[in-house]
Formats: sequence, C-alpha cells, structure tokens
Amino acid sequence: MKARVHVMLKNGVLDPQGEAVRHALGAMGFDSVEGVRQGKVIDLDLAEGTTKDQVAEMCEKLLANTVIESYEIELG
Amino acid sequence: MRAAVITFPGSNADRDLAVAFEQAGFDVTMVWHKDSDLPSGVDIVGVPGGFSFGDYLRCGAIAAQSHITAAMIAHAERGGYVLGICNGFQILTETGVLPGALLRNAGLKFISKPCGLKVTTTDSAFTGGYEAGQEISIPVAHHDGNYFADADTLKALEDQDRIAFTYTENPNGSAGDIAGILSENRRVLGMMPHPERACDTGHGGSDGTALFRALSGVLTPA
Repeated sequence: MKARVHVMLKNGVLDPQGEAVRHALGAMGFDSVEGVRQGKVIDLDLAEGTTKDQVAEMCEKLLANTVIESYEIELG
Repeated sequence: MRAAVITFPGSNADRDLAVAFEQAGFDVTMVWHKDSDLPSGVDIVGVPGGFSFGDYLRCGAIAAQSHITAAMIAHAERGGYVLGICNGFQILTETGVLPGALLRNAGLKFISKPCGLKVTTTDSAFTGGYEAGQEISIPVAHHDGNYFADADTLKALEDQDRIAFTYTENPNGSAGDIAGILSENRRVLGMMPHPERACDTGHGGSDGTALFRALSGVLTPA
C-alpha cells in the first residue's frame, strides 16, 4: 500500500521560497497569481495493514516539524 | 572540565569547535553519531555546525533522531550544559530542547559573513564573559537561520531573559533579530553565528574567545 504525505508551512509562517515563485510568475506576466505557498510531497511505500495513525506518528516525529509545518495524509 | 563534540555525517565545524574548547582548557572527546553514550563525566556537549545528513528533509531533522542525540537530550534533561552552533542550533530546535525553528533565510541566499551581535544577557555560563549590551563580531554561514517562534514563545523568551544574542543588522529575517537563545535553566545555548570561528586573530577576529573562556571558568570545579 502507499501513502502520500503533504507537508506545508503553516499559515502565518513566512514562506520566502513561495514568495520568490510568486514574484517570478508575476514578472513573467501571470498577473492573476495572488499568492504561492511551496511545500513537500512525500510518498511512502508501506506494508499492508499500516494504519493512518502510524503514518501520523511518522509525521509528528520526523516528516513534519509541527512548530512550523502542517501535514495531510492520503492513504491509497 | 570535559567536553564532548558530536560528529554527524556532514558536520564541518566539529574540529573547529573542539579546538575552541581545547584552547579554553577543556579535555575534548569526539563522539560519533552512532555512539549511544557520552563519555562519562562530560560537563558540556558541543553540537557543531555543518550540514548533517545533507540537510535532507529539514536542517537537523535526521540528526535529531541519531543515537547520540538521545544521549545529548538526556544530558540536557539532567541539567548538563549543551552548546549548539548553526546546524547544532537547528538540531536543538528539532529535538525540542530549545523552542522555535529555523526557517529559510528571508532573502533566500546563503549568507557567509561576519555579523554584528549584541550580547542581550550576561546571565549565563556562556555570556558571562561579555558586558551587557556589548557589540561583538561573529561570522555566520547559513541558509536556514531565520528564527521563528510563535508570539507566546517569543514573549516567554524575552520575559525570562533567554535571548542571548541579537543581530545588530538582521541578516536573515529572524523574529526579534534573534541570533541565539537559552533554555529555561540557562544551560543550553543555541546560536546561528559561529563563535568557534572567531577564536584566533588568524580568524580575523577573536570575539568568540570570551564565550569559551567564560564557560571554562564556570565549569571549573571550585
């Protein structure tokens, strides 16, 4: 089985990389872009039967730093 | 006085830190990240700068899970002294030994240059050798030194006089110009600038010497 973890900086935490991408898109003429947030996608190959709680524990302990980041888990 | 300096794969300031400790009179033992115990009788653990585990995932995230890091945390919880510099500061925040986190520099560039620091508190074993408010010059070399903490944490750091150093000209966007902070018991210091790279006139400055000398003075058995 597989799981996909999305890790994003929390709202309110400045994302200078997202801001640089937003600036570049604006400079390229994409005037409709009002904001960009950049995050990470982590794909996990897991043994059958791994639970969402176990993936959440991986997120809490390593994959995300919950001081600055939030995460979402998709099991698939 | 005994110091242990941890080496992770990708550490690059571990030997400089050992030399700075030695010059201040410490017996220094290098410990490898896979070791599970610190040498007995260690007074202070140095967590050095560098790029542990290639900065993969987040700076310091993987080093925070190393065997020796668990021993470092136990040492801190027993009331032992810990000095984390640059990547070492990032590791200390990743473990939760110190609050907050280090984000990508606001200007997105890697910054390597001497920075002016203000000594914000002299009430610690690390900063007791400086004058309150003294301005010193210490080099920084980092890509992720932008200190972040929520408003409550920043207020607590200020109220408890735990901000050790602030930048005189903020190079990286750090909240409150913070360059280094102390733990609640004031025995753990994390800082982004490199005092071990300012310990010899050959370094272009020696303003870091007072930090290591003050430490050796405090930790010397009376």
